[in-house]
Amino acid sequence: MTLLYFVPLLILISYSVWRLDYLEVVHEFSLKNFETIFGSSTYRTIILRTLATSLGVTLIDIVIALPVGFFIARYGGRYRTLLTLLVILPLWSSYLVRVFAWKIILGYNGVLNSALLSLGILEQPSQLFLYNSFSTMLTFVHVWLPFMILPVITAFERLPGELLEVSSDLNASPLTTFRRVALPLVTPGVLAGSISVFALTLGDFITPSLVGGPGGIQLGNVVSSQFGVVYNWPLGAAFTLVIILIVFSLLSLALKRGALESL
Amino acid sequence: MRSGVIDKPLASARPQPKPRLLAAWTVGVYAFLYLPILVLIAMSFNDSKILALPFKGWTGAWYRLALNDQALRNSLLNSLQVAAAATGLATLLGLLAAFAIYRYAFFGKNTFRIAVTLPILLPGVVTGVAMLAYFSDLGFDLSLGTVILGHLVFGLPVAMGPILARLGQFPQALEEAAYDLGALPRQVFFGVVFPYIRSAVFSGALLAFTLSFDEVVVTIFLTGRENTLPMEIWARLRTDITPEIAAASTFVLLVSTAFVLLNQWVSARE
Repeated sequence: MTLLYFVPLLILISYSVWRLDYLEVVHEFSLKNFETIFGSSTYRTIILRTLATSLGVTLIDIVIALPVGFFIARYGGRYRTLLTLLVILPLWSSYLVRVFAWKIILGYNGVLNSALLSLGILEQPSQLFLYNSFSTMLTFVHVWLPFMILPVITAFERLPGELLEVSSDLNASPLTTFRRVALPLVTPGVLAGSISVFALTLGDFITPSLVGGPGGIQLGNVVSSQFGVVYNWPLGAAFTLVIILIVFSLLSLALKRGALESL
Repeated sequence: MRSGVIDKPLASARPQPKPRLLAAWTVGVYAFLYLPILVLIAMSFNDSKILALPFKGWTGAWYRLALNDQALRNSLLNSLQVAAAATGLATLLGLLAAFAIYRYAFFGKNTFRIAVTLPILLPGVVTGVAMLAYFSDLGFDLSLGTVILGHLVFGLPVAMGPILARLGQFPQALEEAAYDLGALPRQVFFGVVFPYIRSAVFSGALLAFTLSFDEVVVTIFLTGRENTLPMEIWARLRTDITPEIAAASTFVLLVSTAFVLLNQWVSARE
């Protein structure tokens, strides 16, 4: 494990302080890569855009998942196992394939456009559905949603139902009960889901390159092109380090709030 | 209904939170999760050259085309080889790692646990480029072998998880009893401990296989000239999307669904 994962990580980090000179990696300490990253407004925009997308996707997934988790844990009854299984299946299924599905649906000649045309709602196919930040967000929200719902279901299952009844018997409104009693107790589950969704969005380049717009590239795309066509490994490594540091700082925040057991 | 009204305590006479609204929300979310997948599957059977409505009738032509596509067939064989090798290694090492955590209260046990889980917490792109840099420093040529090592890194925590959970429930008295009856360590392991954790080992292996079979991100950086099936799909998706690729994608979905169902069945039997 050490040899296969931690040594590679260390090598990667060491690359980030080297630099590229005429297609040769110069093994000499410098912070030039980080100056390039934070000094360029293009790169800063990409970092901010990636953070905003990740945060947005995480928040939307939380909002979608909370009522589902609450419903399944409290009213699922004998369907609870089946409903949970139906979340587990897409979680393990290929996300490339699910991104592809959105491409089929949202494309210019896609399923949505052809359906709207035949219903007479549109006169001609719309280009508004695909290759923009809307399609990127929608696809991200879809592909990572199971990673949020699953820990939220578990968290609600652990929540004693009596607590909610007591709160309502003490005349708290359903909203107050949810906000003051249920939410604090399911926070570890929500945090665990958030870490997964945030980190998965942060490093992804599949979704932006398949359904994203030309101006919608993210950190993951930059890393993959620096290690690919651009062939500037030191700069790519520095970008990767930025990703690692962001995930680590979130992880340490979440660990403080007791999310480790729910991960 | 009448008895319900009488039985209700006063405090609950206020409007209850409406499960109907929650139920509708939940149904909507499941539709959101599954509709895209169903659309993809339907389109892979659609008797039309473009992936669009209207639905022109069922055909298996795209599946036949995909089956006869030499590149797709090779990539499927590669995927199966990679997944089998990565799963075997991940399960073996996962078993050892789980025992290390369970048996020995060594210094930094929690750190070790987090460290082993790290590859599934950090985005795949990090694993991919880190191992690419590593292999290039070692002078390794990229091949399916390097892909297997890459898949091993995230397969290990996945394979280890269920084993560790099961070991946590293992009644140690059983082990002690076996030793008291004069069993050798090897006999204790294969006769007492392993039967207890067998289904967990199997269940972890199934998940590791599924992950490896579906993987693209790490594979993109670590593969040489040969492609795995998801890589082949990814490469074609960037240029042209055809019903044939929809058929191949449906097949990939089917494989992972079958493996996850098998995994759930194995764990439910316990």
